Amino acid sequence: QAEAMIASKKMDKEYLPIGGLADFTRASAELALGENSEAFKSGRYVTVQGISGTGSLRIGANFLQRFFKAGRDVYLPKPSWGNHTPIFRDAGLQLQSYRYYDPRTCSLDFAGAMDDIARIPEKSIILLHACAHNPTGVDPRQEQWKELAATVKKRNLLVYFDMAYQGFASGDINRDAWAVRHFIEQGINVLLSQSYAKNMGLYGERAGAFTVICSDAEEAKRVESQLKILIRPMYSNPPLNGARIAATILNTPELRKEWLVEVKGMADRIIGMRTQLVSNLKKEGSSHNWQHITDQIGMFCFTGLKPDQVDRLTKEFSIYMTKDGRISVAGVTSGNVAYLAHAIHQVTK
Amino acid sequence: AYRTDEGQPWVLPVVKKVEQMIANDNSLNHEYLPILGLPEFRANASRIALGDDSPAIKENRIGSVQALGGTGALRIGAEFLRRWYNGNNNTATPVYVSAPTWENHNSVFVDAGFKDIRTYHYWDAAKRGLDLQGLLNDMEQAPEFSIFILHACAHNPTGTDPTPDQWKQIAAVMKRRCLFPFFDSAYQGFASGSLDKDAWAVRYFVSEGFELFCAQSFSKNFGLYNERVGNLTVVGKDADNVQRVLSQMEKIVRTTWSNPPSQGARIVATTLASPQLFAEWYENVKTMADRVLLMRSELRSRLESLGTPGTWNHITDQIGMFSFTGLNPKQVEYMIKEKHIYLMASGRINMCGLTTKNLDYVAKSIHEAVTKIQ
Repeated sequence: QAEAMIASKKMDKEYLPIGGLADFTRASAELALGENSEAFKSGRYVTVQGISGTGSLRIGANFLQRFFKAGRDVYLPKPSWGNHTPIFRDAGLQLQSYRYYDPRTCSLDFAGAMDDIARIPEKSIILLHACAHNPTGVDPRQEQWKELAATVKKRNLLVYFDMAYQGFASGDINRDAWAVRHFIEQGINVLLSQSYAKNMGLYGERAGAFTVICSDAEEAKRVESQLKILIRPMYSNPPLNGARIAATILNTPELRKEWLVEVKGMADRIIGMRTQLVSNLKKEGSSHNWQHITDQIGMFCFTGLKPDQVDRLTKEFSIYMTKDGRISVAGVTSGNVAYLAHAIHQVTK
Repeated sequence: AYRTDEGQPWVLPVVKKVEQMIANDNSLNHEYLPILGLPEFRANASRIALGDDSPAIKENRIGSVQALGGTGALRIGAEFLRRWYNGNNNTATPVYVSAPTWENHNSVFVDAGFKDIRTYHYWDAAKRGLDLQGLLNDMEQAPEFSIFILHACAHNPTGTDPTPDQWKQIAAVMKRRCLFPFFDSAYQGFASGSLDKDAWAVRYFVSEGFELFCAQSFSKNFGLYNERVGNLTVVGKDADNVQRVLSQMEKIVRTTWSNPPSQGARIVATTLASPQLFAEWYENVKTMADRVLLMRSELRSRLESLGTPGTWNHITDQIGMFSFTGLNPKQVEYMIKEKHIYLMASGRINMCGLTTKNLDYVAKSIHEAVTKIQ
């Protein structure tokens, strides 16, 4: 619908500003921070349009490399999205990690994470997945986020949030942005990368945004100026199409309402498949504890399957997943969930 | 950016048509493109640059990377060269840009990691033309394997291109000195109205056996400025080399933007792949090029009629969107402050800003500036 609205306006194709479409960047900041956010209302932030999540992450990485002289190390959760490491490395930063996923329980190694984070040298950069951790699907609970924020603040770490699934994770955009908002409320001026690839299905249009929360609007202006200097020699200015669609949706009340329903629809389907997978496994007679499948959230699920089991699934049942036992829940349908459960039971019983 | 005679932006009719086709095509979705881009776009874009009968295409030794505009193509090429050309991570290899050049060239190569950006003589202010001798001398003196950024046509900002004969001399020196040609082709078709003519230099270098990069932009010739449609054409020694280059470029793309935006590439690919649409596009491009050429000849004839001091053949000798008028900074200031005509301190004007309605005013203003201010 947004595409049709845009087409009817017959707009030109003139270059966007380096920082992108203003309607889009403003709406992105509001979506992430919340319309009642003090940081948003005071204008002590800068948001630039980025080439989806990757491009936004890269702008931030380059920005840190150029201006954050206090630290060179970026701490990623173990494991993290495969592309995080090369992005930061290519930007000229160094990679470290903190414990995150506990393979014994297929859930969060909270004690391990807190332990590692408490020992990260001050002024290091820590990357956190805002929601729907990729690849594990394991997110901290709100209580755990509170403790993480306190520790991170005590260690004086620079926080970089990667939020690629707002709305897509729980179905509720505010719930999925809770951690980001909490950190900011605690006085932590975070960096944030957003993607509209999944939550608006705009994958190939490359709609994304990079935000820096600043001390005040003045600092935000200075940061914006430097971000533009970084962006111009990369691709001059960003592509319009995806950003205009996203902006139209976010800024048109009826469309925004529809979108919230649609993104919840996607999230609900994923959540439904998780539930059905677990119940089908029980039906198959599996004695294993599969609770982590429904505890985890988002597109991906770390099943806990071992490499040899994964191999059997591929060879004997034509089910494809990564060697670490990660499945894409988006690939599960009501048509194949029983088959999937059956196969998993066969290789784990 | 291009402007019509009414001073308005112009969405090409063929683009409007193709966008409608895309909107009506229910088989299309917004899924990710491959890392290197839309295959039909890449192949057609490179074919446009190199020519249908390119020996390099026939010999299967070309590669293409869809990029975010010409800038994105330059950046991917620069990143690759810094990592893999002339040794590994060779930040010391000199990169030469023309004096003057598009101001972003410098930043692209600096941000890609090169530490030694130099200029080569290009614009001769005294004779208002190409300083060929200076250029050739710089190439003779350049360390072997230096990288040279060459404007394929419609040099930005001077509008002054080497003649085919001059290109031949340039190529000869570059071959002998083992210098790497990195073409920036932002105006193919838009400059002369002929795709072949505007690609002559690139194709000549290919026929001379060079390995080269050509950063292409479809911003101007398709009027797709904000869709960020560009292509990096790679011409290598053989298919094997090209495959390896593309494989490394994929890694660079992956950490820069993962995969490129689909909308603009689809428009270009659909247009180039259809003989009918291609013909329509050609007409649209010629419309733009012809208007600019008309403005040039009209401006020059007015200045000559007015008897404005100096020679004004450079207005029609130069080509493309920009023209180095030869006005000095004081005269430029006069134009801006007194006549409200906006141009760069270098004396560069955007020919697209001229219309049949303002030609007289602009010509008179230039006349005043030149006669009143020295």
